[in-house]
Amino acid sequence: MPDTVATWTAPGNAVLRASLDALPGVDEAGVHARVAALATRSVKTSAKARAIDLAVRMVDLTTLEGADTPGKVRALAAKALRPDASAPDVPPVAAVCVYPDLVPVAVRALRGSTVGVASVATSFPAGRAPLEARLADTRAAVASGATEIDMVIDRGAFLTGDYRKVYDEIVAVREVCARSDGEPAHLKVILETGELAGHDDVRRASWLAMHAGADFIKTSTGKVSPAATPDVTLVMLQAVRDFRAATGRQVGVKPAGGIRTTKDALRNLVLVEETVGADWLDPRFFRLGASSLLNDLLMQRAKLTTGTYSGPDHYSAD
Amino acid sequence: MSDHTTAQDAVPGRLPVPKTYKLYVGGAFPRSESGRSIPVTAPDGRHLAHAALASRKDARDAVVAARAAFAPWAARTAFNRGQILYRIAEMMEGRRDHFAGAVVDALGVPRPRAEEAVDAAVDRWIHYAGWTDKVAQVLGGANPVSGPFDNASAPEPTGVVAVFAPQDAPLLGLVSVLAPVIATGNTAVVVASESAPLPAVVLAEALATSDLPSGVVNILTGRTADVAPALAAHEDVDALDLTGAGALAADLERAAATTLTRVLRPGPRPDWWALPGLGRITPFLETKTVWQSVGR
Amino acid sequence: MPRPLSPADGAPARPAPLGYAPAPESRASVRLRPAYGLFVDGSFTEPGDATFTSVNPADEQPLAEVTTATEADLDRAVAAARRAFDGVWSRTSPAERGKYLYRISRIIQDRARELAVLESLDNGKPIRESRDVDIPLAAAHFFYYAGWADKLPFAVPGVPAPRPVGVAAQVIPWNFPLLMLAWKIAPALAAGNTVVLKPAETTPLTALAFAEICQEAQLPPGVVNIVTGAGGTGRALVSHPGVDKVAFTGSTDVGREIARAVAGTGTRLTLELGGKGANIVYADAALDQAVEGIVTGIFFNQGHVCCAGSRLLVQESVAEEVVGRLKERVTRLRLGDPLDKNTDIGAINSAAQLARIQDLARAGREEGGEQWSPDCPLPGSGYWFAPTVFTGVTQAHRVAREEIFGPVLSVLTFRTPEEAVAKANNTPYGLSAGIWTQKGSRSLWTARRLRAGVIWSNTFNTFDPASPFGGYRESGYGREGGRHGLEAYLDV
Repeated sequence: MPDTVATWTAPGNAVLRASLDALPGVDEAGVHARVAALATRSVKTSAKARAIDLAVRMVDLTTLEGADTPGKVRALAAKALRPDASAPDVPPVAAVCVYPDLVPVAVRALRGSTVGVASVATSFPAGRAPLEARLADTRAAVASGATEIDMVIDRGAFLTGDYRKVYDEIVAVREVCARSDGEPAHLKVILETGELAGHDDVRRASWLAMHAGADFIKTSTGKVSPAATPDVTLVMLQAVRDFRAATGRQVGVKPAGGIRTTKDALRNLVLVEETVGADWLDPRFFRLGASSLLNDLLMQRAKLTTGTYSGPDHYSAD
Repeated sequence: MSDHTTAQDAVPGRLPVPKTYKLYVGGAFPRSESGRSIPVTAPDGRHLAHAALASRKDARDAVVAARAAFAPWAARTAFNRGQILYRIAEMMEGRRDHFAGAVVDALGVPRPRAEEAVDAAVDRWIHYAGWTDKVAQVLGGANPVSGPFDNASAPEPTGVVAVFAPQDAPLLGLVSVLAPVIATGNTAVVVASESAPLPAVVLAEALATSDLPSGVVNILTGRTADVAPALAAHEDVDALDLTGAGALAADLERAAATTLTRVLRPGPRPDWWALPGLGRITPFLETKTVWQSVGR
Repeated sequence: MPRPLSPADGAPARPAPLGYAPAPESRASVRLRPAYGLFVDGSFTEPGDATFTSVNPADEQPLAEVTTATEADLDRAVAAARRAFDGVWSRTSPAERGKYLYRISRIIQDRARELAVLESLDNGKPIRESRDVDIPLAAAHFFYYAGWADKLPFAVPGVPAPRPVGVAAQVIPWNFPLLMLAWKIAPALAAGNTVVLKPAETTPLTALAFAEICQEAQLPPGVVNIVTGAGGTGRALVSHPGVDKVAFTGSTDVGREIARAVAGTGTRLTLELGGKGANIVYADAALDQAVEGIVTGIFFNQGHVCCAGSRLLVQESVAEEVVGRLKERVTRLRLGDPLDKNTDIGAINSAAQLARIQDLARAGREEGGEQWSPDCPLPGSGYWFAPTVFTGVTQAHRVAREEIFGPVLSVLTFRTPEEAVAKANNTPYGLSAGIWTQKGSRSLWTARRLRAGVIWSNTFNTFDPASPFGGYRESGYGREGGRHGLEAYLDV
């Protein structure tokens, strides 16, 4: 990896801002037109079957409610491992995504599987806690065995132009993702694009997060509307493509929130296919943060297999 | 003069200084490069003067001058063009007698009628001076297109217009065809009335002393048929006003087709005294439509 | 280097492209007759003695036989239009005229899929474009002008009671067959004229389907007449002494010929001709969207677009980056079966057009331009040309001066805004231009100086019935679309 992080640790906020402001702008209408054109892509038959299985493998099966319980998380984990009880060939999802206090439950339930345990940390979703508290939140999740940390950036700092603060916090979180006993937890940086000032900001925040060491950039917490619009996802895909071209490092993208149907998922995969290509068509580099999406994928999958439409009650409601 | 001259008293009195009527090209008054002229007579047959006989080369020079003047003239603010057209009216008013004399000579009309024509010509400049900053609002505007776009159309001048001035209305007709062309930012090469070119030259003198930039109006005198084909086929002429082209009009229109030069065809004989509409403005305008994406 | 994030068991070692399975649109909605006569005075004639074949350019298979109209046929069509003008249409109340147009618009919407498939079959354009652009815009055009029919006193400033011109002869090109028909017929009818329209020789079928729509809409006979044939038929139609107005869209050379033919007759004329549009990309542009705009500008409809952005003018400081991104993007274009819903680049409309594109591409190479196309297999039958980018082009090269009317982009560079404008205007044409910059004032500065009738700033090849379209200089005269589009059909 080129010395991007090293060189970016040094500059003050003014240089950071100048660098990010020098990124090419984003034309909102143009983004929208491109997304609309790609929305007409027709993914049918064999291509659809492949795409659905790929989408399943990309799902971060998520529950982020105040009412979450160990039971709820165990059920979610079971679903993640074997999404469709009647179709054992359905692959497991990429990860489950839970609050830090429920990480031990998820880790126990998923031990020995390929399914990762992601945890939102850093005082999700607002991030409005002292840095120490946010780091403690992260340390707890990592210590409990989370393999992935979904952090939120300080949107307040970003919107006031204090990019330095945002950058330093990501670096700090990344440091506490490290483990003495092995692979660090992978860091997904949530930009909460619905709270940023448009696509130019999304691109700047993407680069800032990538420079600070994000493994993934993620659109949203799911608690703010709009969440993962295809337009924002396109802008972020362009950012990771350009970042790899500039630095050689490939960063993943995770749209999260509002992706409910197979059609939504396929539209996302089309965006990946036509913007960054096959290198990102892999759960290591593209995730779909969702809760209700999985069952729709399963229903569409069954339709392709059996030729008849199925109903929601044929799939577990977890 | 002869009244005061006798055989015994042969010493000449003061000799009047007759005017040399020249072309008006690029703000200067050159003779024709051909060195030729044609005699101009009044309707009663009286010799009036020699007018320069413009050649094809003179026509080309005039087009070059008009082209050079076009971009800066079009780029003037509409308000400024209005002021300059108004200034032309002022200059004409100041030479009212001079113009009236030229009209009397040219048309053989009674002096009061000639003065009326001069007044109408002055008022016509003022009429078009007022149009300069209104045309865009009247002819342009916002277009409500679908999608995240601003879209607006606005008129722009076509470019260099070759104006064949009416033969039988050498001042009022001339002003009536010239003013609408330059009001919107075009520049003009005017072919003056063949039989009555002198008012056009007098107008050129008024233009030269107004604030009109050099080359915006160029005036050729002589035989229309000598210069018309060269102008009509000239690739750097963007439009023709064939009002005064007479029998040449169809051939000129055909020649204009080669470079898709815009053509205002000669219509029924116009009433130059009537208030004009937009009919002489719009043929020499292009519509430019600009789409602009809208987004945060 | 990328680190694995919990790779799933059985995951492929290397990610594979998503790929799209073939997704052909059904041809079932299209009901073609084996042979077509002319549509004159409200009904179809029997197919004539002389016919020609309309073929599918994607596979060279014949679609239908179409009649070559004779001079006698044109006489009958013009006479029918005259009768309809004098007898019916000019006496139909404006509001009722509008209602016919609304009705036509609705029927086009009802039959949208059929018309889209037919257009793609006959023209070779991707179904995505015929379905999402051509046909919806054609319907929208009729809907737009329908509303003008009873508002003509507001159409031309200073003309409170404009009158229709009479019988309009209209000749349209093959690149947007039904849409160009709509651009011609909708304003003509709204203004109270009747028409004789000749579609292009290679794409007559949607115009003939439109004739059926006129019948379905119960449009009075003779108000719309459709005559088919090649250049000779068009020539005879535009110089027919019985027409009051000629409207032509097509090549500049034919436009000149028509202007010559009409000279001295007093017949009114509007021409929408060729172009060599400049697409100016400033260094501060939103580059990803600019690249999209470059692609849309030149590869939309295989570049068979008079307003195509066929000259890319890119600021030198970003030229390499833009061309790199452009090539990456062009590599993702999908060329093939026009009826496949995922096709981006369809077939070239005819063998003759393909030969012209090949000829100009050859000239581009011979003059020292560097020709690039993505690795893009072309189908075995039909007329195809891969999307092509020429770099190392100067203003002197033929590929930078002549309208190619194909998927061929010439890349030129500039250093300053002044140079960009000078190069953009250095053409006898003046139809379209594009500007890509994030700086509003620079966009406006540039737009003011470009001598072109349609300027797209941070967009390209967008169209709307309300937006006047037409060129400066040798791109023709007159406007189509919007209030301005009515003036050509009103005697003012």
